[in-house]
Amino acid sequence: MKKSLMTKGATVAAMGLSTLAMAVAAQAETLNIVSWGGAYSMSQQKAYHEPWMEKTGDEIVNIDRSGNALAGLRAQNQAGNVTWDLVDMLPADALIACAEGLIEPLDHDQLLADAPDGTPPTEDFIDNSLTECFVPSIVYSNIVAFNTEMFPEGKQPSTIADVFDLENYPGKRTLLRKPINNLEWALVADGVAPEDVYDVLETEEGVQRAFAKLDTIKDEVIWWEEGAQPPQLLADQEVAFGSAYNGRIFNAMVTEDQPFEIIWDAQVFELDGWVVPTGKLDKVKDYLHFATDTQRLADQAKYISYGPARKSTSDMVSTHAETGIDMTPHMPTYPPNFETAIPKDDEFWADNNDELTQRFNAWLAQ
Amino acid sequence: MSNSSSAPLTTADGVPLRVSLRRAIRRSKLKALLLVSPLLLFLGIAFVMPIVDMLWRSVDNPEVSSTLPRTVSALDGWEGEALPGEPVFAALAEDLREGQQARNLGLLASRLNYEKSGMRSTITRTARRLRTLEPPYREALIEINDTWGELDTWRLIQRESSPYTLSYYLAAVDRQFSPQGEIVPVPEYLQIHATLFWRTFWMSAVITLATLLLGYPVAFLLANLPLRHSNLLMILVLLPFWTSLLVRTTTWIAILQSQGVLNDVMVALGVIADEARWQMIHNKTGTIIAMTHILLPFMILPLYSVMKTIPPSYMHAARSLGGRPFLCFRRVYFPLTIPGIAAGGILVFILSIGYYITPALVGGQSGRFITNYIAYHMQTSLNWGLAAAIASILLFVVVVFYWIFNRLIGVDKVKLG
Repeated sequence: MKKSLMTKGATVAAMGLSTLAMAVAAQAETLNIVSWGGAYSMSQQKAYHEPWMEKTGDEIVNIDRSGNALAGLRAQNQAGNVTWDLVDMLPADALIACAEGLIEPLDHDQLLADAPDGTPPTEDFIDNSLTECFVPSIVYSNIVAFNTEMFPEGKQPSTIADVFDLENYPGKRTLLRKPINNLEWALVADGVAPEDVYDVLETEEGVQRAFAKLDTIKDEVIWWEEGAQPPQLLADQEVAFGSAYNGRIFNAMVTEDQPFEIIWDAQVFELDGWVVPTGKLDKVKDYLHFATDTQRLADQAKYISYGPARKSTSDMVSTHAETGIDMTPHMPTYPPNFETAIPKDDEFWADNNDELTQRFNAWLAQ
Repeated sequence: MSNSSSAPLTTADGVPLRVSLRRAIRRSKLKALLLVSPLLLFLGIAFVMPIVDMLWRSVDNPEVSSTLPRTVSALDGWEGEALPGEPVFAALAEDLREGQQARNLGLLASRLNYEKSGMRSTITRTARRLRTLEPPYREALIEINDTWGELDTWRLIQRESSPYTLSYYLAAVDRQFSPQGEIVPVPEYLQIHATLFWRTFWMSAVITLATLLLGYPVAFLLANLPLRHSNLLMILVLLPFWTSLLVRTTTWIAILQSQGVLNDVMVALGVIADEARWQMIHNKTGTIIAMTHILLPFMILPLYSVMKTIPPSYMHAARSLGGRPFLCFRRVYFPLTIPGIAAGGILVFILSIGYYITPALVGGQSGRFITNYIAYHMQTSLNWGLAAAIASILLFVVVVFYWIFNRLIGVDKVKLG
């Protein structure tokens, strides 16, 4: 009798323990992470998400909505039901979202991991890249690439001016259906020095000059809207040149063996990184700490040719995870690629995007 | 006795009959209302409220008045002739400080930037340096950013300080307020919406006409063939109607594109050269072909329902009176089908001016509709006020067409089979 009571007690205790264990397990959470999809999300999946899920048991749901992230954040905020926990966003959008109070201001030194040698984050991230609400993870670049099979040997294009030269380099071009990058390139092709581009664009004559240059190739342009389109159009030889994100072209070159080459001349580079929707900081701060540390950023560079945003990763960029090729010369920040690079001026575009986009659309509709 | 005859009739329990009757009617009305109340509630939430909200957003203008209340009241009575004085600048500094703390300067910056490019950075830059700002504010603010020294900036703030604005409607028809407050066209290089409205209307008219020309004979056959054949034909009309819109649209891409089925066949037959393939998609042609196909059932079904009610004896009578077939058709049959033509026409026309996904997929540059710009302003430029104004104009046009239709034909003629 007594024994059976004791067994009962033990069973109850065991049950209690197992409930406790379940409670601990139940703390594993589901994180809704918004990003760009495609090869880029895949690199995040391999470098950040999978190790994190293994470590904590959390589940990470990828949502490919970064293209319209600002609209999404606004709508969720107005509806009072924010379902996104962490958002991958461009710094220009982050500035706007931050000013509207849609995302959390971040104390970078407190939230983020130090470099392995103890350098605090504010010194380890690329200079001026940490803004009030934004943590960068990569440097990517907008470039023009071409299909080498469409030009005879010895007559391959090499500069941005060649993209605007229909006589020597005939064929269709595909460009992003936005004024961003296209106006900068038009000016450089027209003889403006890369460092003066935004000074010229500030003036009405400069904008006219850029549109006049774009006019010269307008009939030969197919406009793209999704990042996956230009590599596809290049591969199908529907176009000879295509503007694109450098990582997508790299991906097509190494994993699909496409005969593409990147024109690094006048690449327009910028950062991309994380923002935390208002009210979600407690939920994601551990993940954010993990996903932006030096090792994780270096790991990501094994999967896609975007430069890590921390200085402490510079010796750690190695070889591609699948093909084993050296990643260094494919990075936007590799010195020979970087000579004529244009840093995208977020403030210029924050001010002028509304008007220039309307002007660009009106120009397209002509 | 004479009294009792003039006394009101009563029911068995002594209640006057009229009162009792009224009560019974009220009860049954209440029951009917209860029965339809779920529908009314649904319509209210899913239909009326969003439309009211949209109309509201198209004129709603809270940003300046709620974020810069002190500046607005300090500007009260300012004539706009010379730069405002120190009190206005001090009020602005105070307002911006408060806005910075409440983190709502972003909306103000976006709102002013719609009207004057550069206002976004003016406000964000000024906000960043507020902490070190000291009087006299006028000099200090102008030193931070020249924009504060421009008369137009202050005229803009004064003009947009009322809680309602017409600016979005003006922008929707390519107009704007000049700094002096007059309504002027925007520079030519920024004009786009009026073109798109016009394109939407004329292409919708072409599509409506095309569905009529193609649908009329089909509807005639449906109404006049023996049942066995007409049933089969009806299935052929309805099957595409039941097929997903996206499937039908992308099928047209596969058929019409330059490496597509139709071009391949034409090249194989030697009709066109391989280098001179027809460009039939990603332009106006693509939009018209795909939308004509997609909207065809909306023309055929109302036509059919009208033709079905025309007794064959009318035509027989006309023929027996000696009319030639075409004359009989023109004078007898065709006039009887006009309600069907009008019903189908108004359905197709209204549906097509609101179409969005098909022009986006097959329209390219030249075949886009105004609806694609509503989507653009909703998702990309985030100018929801402008999106609401464009949508409200479309709504207004639809209501006008509906009103004309109702006056001429009568809305009770619209039947779908």
